[in-house]
Amino acid sequence: MPTLAPPGPAATRPPKKTALRADSTLGLLVKIVLLGLVDAFAVYVMITLFLQEKWLVLVFAAVVTVLINWVYLRRGGLPAKYLAPGIFFLVIFQVFVMIYSGYVAFTNYGDGHNSTKADAVNAIQLSAQQRVPDSPAYRVTILERDGVFHLLATEPDGTVSVGTTGEPLEEAEAAVTDSTGKGTELEGYRALQFGEVLANQADILAITVPFSDDPEDGSLKTGDGSNAYVYRPSLSYDEDTSTFTDLETGATYTDRGEGSFQAEDGEQLSTGWKINVGFDNFTKAFSDQNIRGPLLQVMLWTFTFAIVSVLSTFALGLFLANAFNLPDLRGKRIYRILMILPYAFPAFLAGLVWSGLLNPEFGFVNNTFFGGADIPWLTDPVLAKVSVLVVNLWLGFPYMFLVCTGALQSLPEEVNEAARMDGASAWRTFTAIKLPLLLVSVAPLLIASFAFNFNNFNVIYMLTDGGPRFDNTTANIGHTDILITMVYEIAFGTGVGRDYGLASALSIIIFIIVAVISAISFRQTKALEDING
Amino acid sequence: MKVRSTQPTRRHALITGVMSVAVLALTACGGGASESSSTTTTSAAAADLAEGGSTTLTMWVDAERAPALEEITRSFKEDTGIEVKLAVKDFAAVRDDFITQVPTGKGPDLIVGPHDWLGTFVQNGVVAPVELGDKAAEFQESAVQAMTYDGSVYGVPYALENIALLRNTDLVPEPADTFDEVIANGEAAVAAGSAVYPFLVGMDPKQGDPYHLYPLQTSLGVPVFGQNEDGSYNADELLLGEPGGVEFAKKLVEWGDTGSKIINSNITGDIAKEKFNAGESPYFLTGPWNVPDAQAAGLNLAVDKLPTVGDEDAQPFIGVNGFFISSQSVNALAANEFAVNYLSTEAAQDAMYDVGGRPPALKASFDKAASDPIVAAFGEIGANGVPMPALPEMQAVWADWGATELALIKGSGDPEGAWTTMVGNIEAKIAGQ
Repeated sequence: MPTLAPPGPAATRPPKKTALRADSTLGLLVKIVLLGLVDAFAVYVMITLFLQEKWLVLVFAAVVTVLINWVYLRRGGLPAKYLAPGIFFLVIFQVFVMIYSGYVAFTNYGDGHNSTKADAVNAIQLSAQQRVPDSPAYRVTILERDGVFHLLATEPDGTVSVGTTGEPLEEAEAAVTDSTGKGTELEGYRALQFGEVLANQADILAITVPFSDDPEDGSLKTGDGSNAYVYRPSLSYDEDTSTFTDLETGATYTDRGEGSFQAEDGEQLSTGWKINVGFDNFTKAFSDQNIRGPLLQVMLWTFTFAIVSVLSTFALGLFLANAFNLPDLRGKRIYRILMILPYAFPAFLAGLVWSGLLNPEFGFVNNTFFGGADIPWLTDPVLAKVSVLVVNLWLGFPYMFLVCTGALQSLPEEVNEAARMDGASAWRTFTAIKLPLLLVSVAPLLIASFAFNFNNFNVIYMLTDGGPRFDNTTANIGHTDILITMVYEIAFGTGVGRDYGLASALSIIIFIIVAVISAISFRQTKALEDING
Repeated sequence: MKVRSTQPTRRHALITGVMSVAVLALTACGGGASESSSTTTTSAAAADLAEGGSTTLTMWVDAERAPALEEITRSFKEDTGIEVKLAVKDFAAVRDDFITQVPTGKGPDLIVGPHDWLGTFVQNGVVAPVELGDKAAEFQESAVQAMTYDGSVYGVPYALENIALLRNTDLVPEPADTFDEVIANGEAAVAAGSAVYPFLVGMDPKQGDPYHLYPLQTSLGVPVFGQNEDGSYNADELLLGEPGGVEFAKKLVEWGDTGSKIINSNITGDIAKEKFNAGESPYFLTGPWNVPDAQAAGLNLAVDKLPTVGDEDAQPFIGVNGFFISSQSVNALAANEFAVNYLSTEAAQDAMYDVGGRPPALKASFDKAASDPIVAAFGEIGANGVPMPALPEMQAVWADWGATELALIKGSGDPEGAWTTMVGNIEAKIAGQ
């Protein structure tokens, strides 16, 4: 899974230097060079797209390039110049992905429904070609006459025959043979060199030489240009009715609008294709027993996990930030660097390392801190939840520590002094003055942190994989599963193969939940600003 | 201060929310990032084709298998002028990337992988059958059988792997036939103070390890799926519910954490390897991949046949590595030439064994490799094995199977109920509910 780092303080972009104004020569030069590089890259991309005949993307790329040039070459419009790169990447990496997920949510895309109907038909036909049992292997030479490729086939008994698509195999007694008896040349034809064979491989692979006038006997095909075998398809396809017929049993498989070829009794050919299924995935999301059963428990735990994670990391981060903000503390920098270390650790790696540390028998935690006690940190329902929260606290507090340190340092010193003059105790100064001021700037970050933890896939997946498992569900869902890991299990872990359509539909539902909560919370923080403002 | 601090963060929070959705969508798109790299090679190959010039094949390999193939591709280029570009991909993602990329026309011509990917490949229509012709007889039968799906052969096998019982001959000098004897020998070694653990097998702390425990299970007559006459698996015939299954479940509890602790749920694969290499146990149920390190640790090793619990054979799963050809390859003929006529030669299979160390699938090459007694012993045990089922339905089996076995080893729940529930769950999943 892709990792998702908590939003860092880097969000505030440093103001640009005033030296880079349009009227300075150096600035103009830099601008031209940079824009030139961007344009050069854009032209390269467009040429590639042109060669691949991706017209829609090509037009989009051209429009974007023109827009970028217009934004930076015109005078004025300064805000657009600042915003353009951000918006560009937002569109590419966010908006496009969102639209694509939205699109996938309305399809049956997943294992077995992977591509277009034409591809599926092609794949089924390829698989249906089966070698006639006990038929001989032919050695072949590719011949050409009037631009048509022929197979010169030598049977194991030395008989040499020639034929091509639509022209049944015919004995060619005049053929020239080499020392092993393999036919190599025939008058009136030209034998192809290996390089020429490669250069025309698509046509050569398509050669289907009927074995005789009776199609039941099968036909000769080559896969590598030097050997050929007699094949007979086990299925035949009728394009007009979109029907495959099993040539042995006579069973028919028809496209019934469900993205696969189905027989009367519901049996399907294994390869299907992608179709639009309307709201099916959303209906399934609300009616599937596997989702409905444990949903309430998972919901509750998701909220608990997200809220407790935010509060615990914030509390610890704030405490440490306060402690290391004392003006006369020595070696502050070293402590601060040590504090930030867990932040530099990839979350999924931390999950794995911690699951080793928490091993009941061999883990460091039990052996060192609990004198070798056998505490099932990750397999007891309650302890597993505690473990997940503790590990997430370990991973998350440095971020809060950083944020709070920054915010504390930006508080004006006069406020502090004034409080002291008024005789307030340290605790009261903190709760009545520092904390409210701090919250104004930190509250939005807490909401962001909530949204992040709500979908904190890595920690759960790597540490417990949702376990220990619930007893009352067929799906692989357990006590520490949050919504996003549950979606992963449901969409990719049940049934046969992965169901991207269902996964997209479920993640859109989660997105709506998170978006609504975030929107409401931001309204609340506005109120906070007004009080303090 | 207000404005400055809230504006960017608000946008950031929105982005975070959006990105959370994107996480899943990105997984759905599979290897979006890999697109650009493969694009250039395919289009280049297409251009060459029009001119009738040299052809370039692209093959996706993982880092572990790549070294074994570099030499071969070099000599293939010398012999035929066809260049095979090896694109090294992450093993965990390469299967899914292949499935998502092939339909876009940007996939590779060939891919290397284990045979149990085949079911999903065929289901998604991304591989083309290959015709081994008379060469099929030159390969070990189980290797070709593993590469066969729905009656067609889809891959050229190159290596074959299975597990066996490693024995530290300094601790237990004589081989044993049954698992009870193994336990007795192991416990004797522990009682004598020469070992700490009577027996070792690695358990994933989240999923157990049904793969390694499978021989014990099959010896009680409980395979996963029934087999058709031609040796292929039948997804409609789930045999985990055979009477021996409950017996096996009871045995797991008996051997588990609350019983004799023969199988310890806290011992992961890494811990098991470390303890065995330190000489702390006479037995280690594992594959050839752990042999080099054990030898390097100075142990005197013997490879014993898999011990039985019941009256039937203890059959391990066989994993076969092979080459698959994309159904959308524009260089299908060259790809066939490379896979069928070149990689199947004795010289090629020898070379891949020399670098990769996996026992060859070609009989002639295997016989040479079998001069190493360890390879010979693993091969002999593998001859008794069954291919790991490649059916897409197998994906529905692993999670429940592993979790249930793990729970039993931990001693929670009643064995009969747990095993029956598991069989019911798997049946429901296969039926798609």
